[in-house]
Amino acid sequence: MQTYAKKRLEIIVEAPIQERLTALLDRLAVTGYTVLPALAGRGHSGEWSREGLVGGAGRMIVIVCLLDAERVDSVLEAVFSMVSRRTGIVSICDVQVVRPEHF
Amino acid sequence: MGDTLAIALTNLTSPMVLFFALGLAAALARSDLALPEAVAKALALYLMLAIGFKGGVGVAAHGVDAKLIAALAAGAVLSALIPLVAFGILSLVSDLPRADRAAVAGHYGSISIVTLVAATETMKSLGLDYEGYLVAVAAVMETPAILTALWLAARGRKRDAAQEEENGSLFREIALNGSIVVLVGAFAIGLITGEKGLADIAPFIVDPFKGILCLFLLDMGVIAGRGLRAGYRSLTPAVIVFGLTMPLIGAVIAAPAAWAIGLSAGGAALLLTLAASASYIAVPAAMRVALPEARPAIYLTLSLGVTFPFNLTVGIPLYAAIGQYLTG
Repeated sequence: MQTYAKKRLEIIVEAPIQERLTALLDRLAVTGYTVLPALAGRGHSGEWSREGLVGGAGRMIVIVCLLDAERVDSVLEAVFSMVSRRTGIVSICDVQVVRPEHF
Repeated sequence: MGDTLAIALTNLTSPMVLFFALGLAAALARSDLALPEAVAKALALYLMLAIGFKGGVGVAAHGVDAKLIAALAAGAVLSALIPLVAFGILSLVSDLPRADRAAVAGHYGSISIVTLVAATETMKSLGLDYEGYLVAVAAVMETPAILTALWLAARGRKRDAAQEEENGSLFREIALNGSIVVLVGAFAIGLITGEKGLADIAPFIVDPFKGILCLFLLDMGVIAGRGLRAGYRSLTPAVIVFGLTMPLIGAVIAAPAAWAIGLSAGGAALLLTLAASASYIAVPAAMRVALPEARPAIYLTLSLGVTFPFNLTVGIPLYAAIGQYLTG
């Protein structure tokens, strides 16, 4: 099957930032993204787990979006300016998609 | 003194406190005990709904008077001022960075609804009546402390236009956060429907209330224990002492207001409880947005791991005793 090269942007960030970050992606005209719950983990800021929590603080989420390579720099710059002072991880990797017109 | 000790002992051996202790001990012993996040959220919403509704019914029965307005105003002023005191004390006794001090101060000005819920149960067990509108006072006290905390933090740093823009939408989010919407909404519904409305849904919001509170406090114990296990290294002895004494200072600041308003013994105890409690739901989330450089390991551990257990075990009986003293 014919596949096409795209970039996968993955942002692991604190749950209270979710709405701001997705609003930013909307403003940047990113064609789509998926928000996933993260269960638990450990990193530079220590251990965390979403079990039992009532408020958003302490929970982490993952936002995944696929982009055309040409758009990566502009999106990444804007995303990083929002998340750079916060707990989280931003990563990019190469992926193959079957419907290039969607991204 | 004997009465206060008796109240404290009764409180310490109540199912609420013992379930909290069970959760705390389980987490410290690294048990895998935990409630799923969705269950914990549903329990929290249930408690907000129940206490809000019962508060509204209380006001419907007794009517709106000048005391209610005075209590709301006092709550807002206490919430705005207590962070200034907390910030000043932390500046004297700790070398925490400004953002941490401001964030911690904001937590202590704001309130813990679950501490209030636990206190209402203690008041009932002591036979102390309280004014239903203190639930509305609790809702009013949530936000001013956050404003003061952000002002305290902003005084020490350069203007950040992007952050200020984010803070603009923050206040709408705080005012409309799910807990507050359910609390205030249920209060209004209780006010409108009165005793008849309460009778209609009593099997849901009255009979199971204590059991559900115990389950929620079990979860709070687990979260507190987990926080203490992960965050205790971040707390110096002076900061821990702050977490144990700030509730008392908050209560002492609120006492003249409770007396001047003329609240009942139970009502005064609840206002003191609100002033003494520290937020661990709304304010931490707000601080993650507005003050990301402040460390949750400090403010969440202090609020949930030190002050909440203190209030639950020692503070509430003490505030009940002060409330009775204030009203003669």
